[in-house]
Amino acid sequence: MAKVKGAVVVDVEKCKGCDICVHACPTDVLALHNEVNGKGYHYAYMANPDECTGCMNCALVCPDSVITVYRVKPQKAKV
Amino acid sequence: MEDTIIKTENIVFKKTELLTDNELSYCPGCGHGTAHRIIMEVIDEMGIQADTIGVAPVGCSVLAYDFMNIDMQQAAHGRAPAVATGIKRVLPEKFVFTYQGDGDLAAIGTAETIHVCNRGEHFTMIFINNGIYGMTGGQMAPTTLPGMKSSTSPYGRDVEMMGHPLKMTELIANLPGTCFVTRQAVHTPSAVRKAKKAVRKAFELQKEKKGISFVEIVSNCNSGWKMTPVQSNKWMEDNMFPYYPMGDIKLPE
Ligand SMILES: Cc1ncc(C[n+]2csc(CCOP(=O)(O)OP(=O)(O)O)c2C)c(N)n1
Ligand code: SF4
Ligand code: SF4
Ligand code: SF4
Ligand SMILES: [Mg+2]
Repeated sequence: MAKVKGAVVVDVEKCKGCDICVHACPTDVLALHNEVNGKGYHYAYMANPDECTGCMNCALVCPDSVITVYRVKPQKAKV
Repeated sequence: MEDTIIKTENIVFKKTELLTDNELSYCPGCGHGTAHRIIMEVIDEMGIQADTIGVAPVGCSVLAYDFMNIDMQQAAHGRAPAVATGIKRVLPEKFVFTYQGDGDLAAIGTAETIHVCNRGEHFTMIFINNGIYGMTGGQMAPTTLPGMKSSTSPYGRDVEMMGHPLKMTELIANLPGTCFVTRQAVHTPSAVRKAKKAVRKAFELQKEKKGISFVEIVSNCNSGWKMTPVQSNKWMEDNMFPYYPMGDIKLPE
């Protein structure tokens, strides 16, 4: 069964590391990075990218609107 | 795998162009940002960017005009409803809204709030209730919960001495000049979806000229509450929601 595949891109320099997206992700894709951005915030990133379904939950709750979400329809299994 | 997904044609969510590229001045995790976004998405989806005029308050959202890519006017503390009245009466075909905090709408601006809701002006009021004066350092507001600590109620709000929290939204729902009154939140994906529908309905109702459409958004002030953003959203569910219950209070006839 091919599952829906998604990915997110975080605008690293505008992320404030608030952690809200991390808690909103149903498949534990996101985490705060050990590194910090220019403002000193531990920015969000895809720690488990394979689990992303592109559900948009993270982007809906991001107060700074710094998450862009991508999704592709499941492909038919190749023969 | 990511490389094959991250392509323009696969975008399902991106920041609306009705938010400017300015970085929001809000603390990390503050609900003001999410509230701004859903209002701008509604205006975008209704195609009314050039026909909407917002009125910003005094409070943390005093700079809303820097973030909302529409025509805006900033009002003196609490006076946004009076300013919006003037704008809407002179330009009745425009969509007009105020965006106000609880200190603005339910304390210093109580008279303006009550009277526009009683006169039945035809604009939308967005009320961000975080139970505190966020901008000035977390002082007690009329909306501060019983027992809730703030910088001016360090031992918790004592209702004997400091009075009871004001449910402004229930109060104005009783006035004949309001047509739609609802209470929402923006801290979870489902809450965001519901709040956005409510904002859309409030703006659509302006076309019918039935009076004030009023959307309260119970929100966090993690800095003022002295919590992490995630803790503040949990605290809000456990403490704010029982006192300020979610849902519609008055629906249009
Ligand atoms: C006439 C006047 N009185 C007092 C102030 C100080 N002041 C600035 S913001 C504010 C309270 C804002 O609280 P709220 O409306 O709840 O907004 P928040 O920052 O919590 O979003 C006060 C009292 C002011 N700017 N002008
Ligand atoms: S919700 Fe937005 S600002 Fe907060 S950590 Fe996630 S991406 Fe960054
Ligand atoms: S789109 Fe959904 S699955 Fe992907 S990171 Fe965001 S919340 Fe998680
Ligand atoms: S002080 Fe409170 S209301 Fe103001 S930006 Fe910070 S968290 Fe938001
Ligand atoms: Mg406030």
